[in-house]
Parts: sequence; C-alpha cells; structure tokens
Amino acid sequence: MADRLHLEIVTPRRRVVEVDVDEVRLPGALGEMGVLPGHIPLLTSLAAGPLTYFDGSKVTRYAVQGGFAEVLPDRVTVLATVAEAPGDIDVAAARSHLQAAQEKLKDATAEELDELTTAVRLAETEIEVAGGETVH
Amino acid sequence: MPSTRDLTRRIRSVKGTQQITKAMKMVAAAKLRRAQDAVTNARPYADTLSRVLANVADRTEESHPLLERRSGGRIWLVVVSSDKGLCGSFNANLLRQIERDLKKKRWPDAELVVIGRKASDYFRVREFPVVHQERDTMNQLSAADGPRLGAMFMKAFTSGQVDEVWIAYNKFVSVLRQEITIEQLLPIQPPAAESNAEEAGTDYLYEPNAEGLLAALLPAYVETEVQTVLYDSAAAEQASRMTSMGAATKNAGEMIDALTMLYNRTRQAAITKELIEIVSGAQALGD
Repeated sequence: MADRLHLEIVTPRRRVVEVDVDEVRLPGALGEMGVLPGHIPLLTSLAAGPLTYFDGSKVTRYAVQGGFAEVLPDRVTVLATVAEAPGDIDVAAARSHLQAAQEKLKDATAEELDELTTAVRLAETEIEVAGGETVH
Repeated sequence: MPSTRDLTRRIRSVKGTQQITKAMKMVAAAKLRRAQDAVTNARPYADTLSRVLANVADRTEESHPLLERRSGGRIWLVVVSSDKGLCGSFNANLLRQIERDLKKKRWPDAELVVIGRKASDYFRVREFPVVHQERDTMNQLSAADGPRLGAMFMKAFTSGQVDEVWIAYNKFVSVLRQEITIEQLLPIQPPAAESNAEEAGTDYLYEPNAEGLLAALLPAYVETEVQTVLYDSAAAEQASRMTSMGAATKNAGEMIDALTMLYNRTRQAAITKELIEIVSGAQALGD
C-alpha cells in the first residue's frame, strides 16, 4: 500500500500544485474531509473552502472554489475552478468582494442566492487562508 | 526599360514592406508562444476532467439533459475564425470548407454562430442564416470566453431551441500545420474510458451521489471543450500568421535581389551608352 499521496491541483488556467504529501483535507460538498493514503476510490464535488495538505510537519493551505476531487488510494486530483496560494491572495480585494457579496445577499433573489453564498464563502476562505483573522 | 530612379524607388518600397512583414512575423511568434502556453496550461484540467467524466459516465445509467439525443435536426454550427487577417489561408480554407458542406446539405437545417470578424464578414454577404456573431472575442481571448459561450450553447440545447451543436475550427497540430476540424459538441458524447488495467474495476464512492456529480461534470466538460477549441484556434491563427509572414518576408527578399540586379544592369547600360557617345563624339571631332 502506498504510504504517500500524490496530490495534484489543476484549474482551467494551469496546473497549480503537484506534490507528494501525507494527508489532504478537502472542502467536500458534504463537509470537510480528511484523506489519508489508502483511501478507497472516491469522487466528490467541492465547495468553496480551504484545502490543506500536510507534508511531514509542513502545512500548506490553499483557497479553492468549486469543482471536483478524485481520490484514489495513492493519488488525489483536485479539479478546482479557483485555487489560490496564500501568497497570491489579495486580502484587500477579497474583503471588498466579501462586502459587496454580503450587501447583495440582503436582497437577493432565489437564483442569485447560491452564487452569492459561494462568493461569500470564497472571500472568507481567501481572507482566512491568507492569514487574516477568521471572519465567521 | 525603367529608369534607375524608378528602380531605386521600387526597391525602397519593397524594403519597407519587407520590414513590416518581418515585424509581423516576430510579433506573431511571440503571440504564438503565449497562445501555446495557454493551450498547454489548460490541458491538464481538460484531460483530467474528461478522464473523470468517462469514468462516471461508464458507471452510471443516469441520463442527463445534455446527453439526450433528439432527431429534430435543427443545428447550430459554431464557426471559429480570427478577428484579424494576414494569416495566410487560415480563414479562407475553413470558410470554404464550411460553405461547401452547407451547400451539400450536410446539415439541412443549420444556423450559424460565428466567432471572429473574418467569418462574420464572410457570411454577411451569403445567404446562410446567422443567429449570433462575435467580432471581438478572438482578439482578446480570456479564460471566461469558453464558459460564457458554453453556457449559451447549453441553454439553446436544453431549452429545445436546437437539437445539436457542432463546432468548426482550425486545430493546432504544429507550427506548420493547422487542421480543419468539425466536431459535435452537443449532445455530449462521453469520452470513452481508457481501458487501462490499473484503474479498470475501480468503483468509486460518489459524494454527494452519481447523478449530482454527473450533473456538475457535464456542463464543466462542455465549457472546457469550448475553451480548448478557442485556445487551439488562437494558437493555430498565430502559427499560420507567422508562417505566411515568414514566406512574405522571403518573397520580398527575392524581389529586392531581382530588382537590385536589374538596377545594376540598367546603371551599367546607361554608363556604357554615355561612354559610347563621348567616344564617338571625340572621334567625330578628331576626323
């Protein structure tokens, strides 16, 4: 059995990460889930949220939104619409996005609701991952 | 025989043209690199997505509106050309092929969606029905264009406005070769699962469930397909422009050589003529 996971994060724009890690935590559609080597094959859709991976004592986080993850015993492939490393996140922009989305949320129609909630979640995740304070 | 003055003027003019074509070639080469990067960067996502979709489609009996086959025969044909010209036979070949297919009634009831100024200009003066045109997309292609157009096609398809969507474009094969490709976009024909032994037999756990995943995967797949086509066409356009401008530069060089040769001959002939005049004039005096 494999004792490491090969993690790959790809977005429509590029391949973001390709590393070997010990554990991955994904923002699954039904809640956060941890994946260790030897996991049974799984396909899940992803919500907006933080993706964390552990390599020894090194912890790395990404803000991801949307898409899918394919989990195999020795491999995790994440297909995300957006995946950002802490260094790439513009906290100020995320904050203003968050505010704008929350404003709109006050009088949103039913169809806008999903999109706006996702936008709020993404902005929150971005701020959190980038090391700003938690906003919940 | 043209005068030497006329010849120097022509040589200068051809040199000017050559400089322009040379510059255009360089610009196209730089843009081609960027376009190729876009193609390469988008590939891992597209490949993984189609692999995952193949897997899911293989294991579910679920149907989905985007997979539904209808026999209505109303078709949207999406034509992807370029916004700018001077790229050799890039647009001409594609447009001619499409016109031929349309005249042969390959799709008896087809309406056109034209992307790119060149296709738009071409079909404006012809009798085929155009339902939608975009004249500024290819010039500033972004990663949002695929999803935007994809959503438009899916809407037309699921609402029952059309029964099939086809897309025609130049596929980037290599710098020297673009291939006219006409393929069906909707209804989706799920990619065939690779019969690779390593994964054959893996049955996935689906979360939330197979139907939900399929419903999310299919639109993403269409959007990615459209984006891939756009990127491919953009790369092919720059490659075609680079090659044709390279050829133009070479032709201009040959023309300059030929004109320079003619110039030298003319000059020499003029000098010889003058010498003869002087000599015979002197002889006439001496006699």
